[in-house]
Amino acid sequence: MSDAAQKTDGEKIEDREANLKGIGCSRKRTEDARFIQGKGNYVDDVKLPGMLFGDFVRSPYGHARIKSIDTSKALAVPGVKAVLTAADLKPLSLHYMPTLAGDVQAVLAEEKVLFQNQEVAFVVAEDRYIAADAAELVEVDYEELPVLVDPFKSMEPDAPLLREDIKDKTEGAHGARKHYNHIFTWEVGEKEETDAAFDKAEVTIKELISYQRVHPSPMETCASVASMDKIKGELTVYGTFQAPHVVRTVTSLLSGIPEHKIHVIAPDIGGGFGNKVGVYPGYVCSIVASIVLGVPVKWVEDRMENLSATAFARDYHMTAELAATKDGKITGLRAHVLADHGAFDACADPTKWPAGFFNICTGSYDIPTAHVAVDGVYTNKAPGGVAYRCSFRVTEASYMIERAMDILAKKLGMDPVELRLKNFIQPQQFPYQSALGWEYDSGDYPTAMKKAMEKTHYDALRAEQKEKREAFARGETRELMGIGVAFFTEIVGAGPTRNCDILGVGMFDSCEIRIHPTGAAIARLGTKSQGQGHETTYAQILATEIGISADDIMIEEGDTDTAPYGLGTYGSRSTPVAGAAAARVGRKIRDKAKKIAAHLLEVGEDDLEFEVDRFKVKGLPEKQKTMKEVAWAAYNNLPEGMEPGLEAVDYYDPPNMTYPFGAYICVIDIDADTGVSMIRKFYALDDCGTRINPMIIEGQVHGGLTEAFGIAMGQEIYYDEGGNVMGASLMDYFVPTAVETPEWETDFTVTPSPHHPIGAKGVGESPNVGGVSAFSNAVNDAFAHLDVTHIQMPHDHWRTWKVCEKLGLTG
Amino acid sequence: MAKTQITLTINGQQVEALVEPRTLLIHFLREQQLLTGAHIGCETTHCGACTVDMNGKSVKSCTVLAVQADGSDVTTIEGMAAPDGTLHALQEGFSEMHGLQCGFCTPGMIMRAHRLLQENPNPSDAEIRMGISGNICRCTGYQNIVKAIRYAAEKMNAATKEAAE
Repeated sequence: MSDAAQKTDGEKIEDREANLKGIGCSRKRTEDARFIQGKGNYVDDVKLPGMLFGDFVRSPYGHARIKSIDTSKALAVPGVKAVLTAADLKPLSLHYMPTLAGDVQAVLAEEKVLFQNQEVAFVVAEDRYIAADAAELVEVDYEELPVLVDPFKSMEPDAPLLREDIKDKTEGAHGARKHYNHIFTWEVGEKEETDAAFDKAEVTIKELISYQRVHPSPMETCASVASMDKIKGELTVYGTFQAPHVVRTVTSLLSGIPEHKIHVIAPDIGGGFGNKVGVYPGYVCSIVASIVLGVPVKWVEDRMENLSATAFARDYHMTAELAATKDGKITGLRAHVLADHGAFDACADPTKWPAGFFNICTGSYDIPTAHVAVDGVYTNKAPGGVAYRCSFRVTEASYMIERAMDILAKKLGMDPVELRLKNFIQPQQFPYQSALGWEYDSGDYPTAMKKAMEKTHYDALRAEQKEKREAFARGETRELMGIGVAFFTEIVGAGPTRNCDILGVGMFDSCEIRIHPTGAAIARLGTKSQGQGHETTYAQILATEIGISADDIMIEEGDTDTAPYGLGTYGSRSTPVAGAAAARVGRKIRDKAKKIAAHLLEVGEDDLEFEVDRFKVKGLPEKQKTMKEVAWAAYNNLPEGMEPGLEAVDYYDPPNMTYPFGAYICVIDIDADTGVSMIRKFYALDDCGTRINPMIIEGQVHGGLTEAFGIAMGQEIYYDEGGNVMGASLMDYFVPTAVETPEWETDFTVTPSPHHPIGAKGVGESPNVGGVSAFSNAVNDAFAHLDVTHIQMPHDHWRTWKVCEKLGLTG
Repeated sequence: MAKTQITLTINGQQVEALVEPRTLLIHFLREQQLLTGAHIGCETTHCGACTVDMNGKSVKSCTVLAVQADGSDVTTIEGMAAPDGTLHALQEGFSEMHGLQCGFCTPGMIMRAHRLLQENPNPSDAEIRMGISGNICRCTGYQNIVKAIRYAAEKMNAATKEAAE
């Protein structure tokens, strides 16, 4: 049989390895062919017969009572099929929906609107133009109420009452509520011990470090197409879902439609970055409208709706304190966070983690004791609180510790790198138990930091900076030079089901594979790529584990009818969790294949050794069977009693998170007269453990750094005092173009995860986590020799100019 | 709403159609012509996901009316590969240089790069960056897009040179 197998017999092992396209090679992406030819299939490309289009009527106010809604003029427009309001949803108990954080969120506002652009009515019409026209004709009579936008004022005694629906609830999903605008207090660490460390400390610092409200803003906005087949009683939903299986479960629980009669499909997704984890009113309304009308209904948000109504991120106001000895050994960390969650607590965190994994905030340092408290509050802003290209609240945590380290270094008169080197968790301390409860799996921080210093000629940069500062003082230059150092430790791959779940479903993930008689396979996983290249990289893992070429393995995700259950893609969990399932499923295949090979070669299993793509008899290398030959035999020539076929499934519950890390160095030049800054150099060293596809890793790092650049240097979803959202278009919200975006220099070290089947840790979010700190530290460092302790982000040119002006530096 | 007849050339094919005067070119292309390669990312001319080529210029088809395209010659991403399926040098470059991730901006980015290379067949990296500054990508950080366009420029220039010799 199998001519191909015959041909490879004589090939060199290197050629066979190259043919495999397995782990470690920069395999070109299999998904590219359709995207470069305009043949991707995104949600807005889905067009079903008889499909209608839905559009929202949204609140112009940040806080107002709805006195009446008149839909008659809208309903009179030819082509309008329905206008849904809360009154229509209430009998179905769908005017509110549960959030991932244990709160409820209004699908359509009932008595009040709580943020500008909140969903008030849903107009369904024959096309999107008619729907938009009719939405303008829905008359809503509002009575304006006092607006609360400042989270620091949310718990004042006379603060406006926002959530009348829960005003008497003294107990929330995460414990006691102290005030009617309070959501939760989350505490971790040893308070008394930490307080004692501060009492004894030789040096302390304390600073309010805010991380502004931003938005992931993927190129494709959120969208859904719902189609109810009333005869079969089946609902099909296409949507921009990073976690399609969870959407199906939630849809079943909310609608009462049995889960097996709901078909949730996430087709191609045009970027997610956390934006597409949550469940939004648009999804629910398209489903309800389809159920009511019996025809497919599409909803696609525009960019303004996307930026102002779905999935903000951050809005964390962190008061950080460090205690240290005079010579720079850190003895304690204390932090309080005021978390602005907007009008509803719709944060996308594992259910038991209201502040995500913020307790990774001791960072890469051996800090003996720590205590953290987080208070979540309501304001008249959009709900969300997603992890924008990071694991849950990890970029906030990392930003806090990395700014605090620089502030401490300045106070001690130490170089920021020297302080970091002095406090790093040492390689021999892994697995490392952090003061706030995590077990770091592996790391070699000093090596990474020193490599970054060498590659960037760090000492020379500092010497140049010193010279430039002197030249500035002499009036010979108007430029300020900043060197930003950031060393981050991420916590990704959520997560062990013992402490991570989404609405009760453990955060495992899965892979199943079927190898067909010719040795070609289809593998399906519970995650969902949004551009990460899963179709390419999962096949590489399977290729190495099984011994068939990645080109012969088709990867599918996103169709809940065919893919095994999984918790989706966010928090860099695809490689750590589903990637592990892929490796294990490959090993299950190989175990069975070995039995078949032993049968074919008439030897015992122990007599066989595996080599790239085949089993060989030890000592008799000419006696061998390729995996392709084994695959064929799996369908016609099996050992006695073995069931035919070659397929396997694996559900992987990770024993721990993974802890990628990295050292980033940024050099910035700032014009003191204009505040205009230029990134001169950005060096990013990432250690994500075993590297599956270096080309894709580098691409992920480039993209994450560019998003970090946007966040640090300009992004903000700002609300004025009237509750008007000021950053809701691409004119107002900074998304870097190719012109502003710096050149990136990438590098790596490899410290495999000891508990992951192939040692991989995940990388997609690391550059955002480390990048924001590096940019912000660079800007702050440019002023470090002056009377400045901490400059809040975003560091746009105007704000930077204001700093220069305040310091009397402007010409 | 009363409809207007338009006649235009799309990817080399003459097309006659009835459109409402307010129909945007992007909706006409995507929904009436079923050419879904060009995407809608903002509807405000900022992001460039809807970029197509019209009469020798890059246009953002979310802010061009279909009636304005009457009599014009439009090329979309679907018209870039040769009829035999051979990829355009830009399509090849984007794949070779890993110039795309989620793929949503890619059709607009390739169409803009196509016109850029007509305007300037041998652009510097800075000129490429300026030339595609009307097109936003959230995934790649642009570095590999610049490489992809340079790859295509070099390949196209080599082909031109060969043809001349």
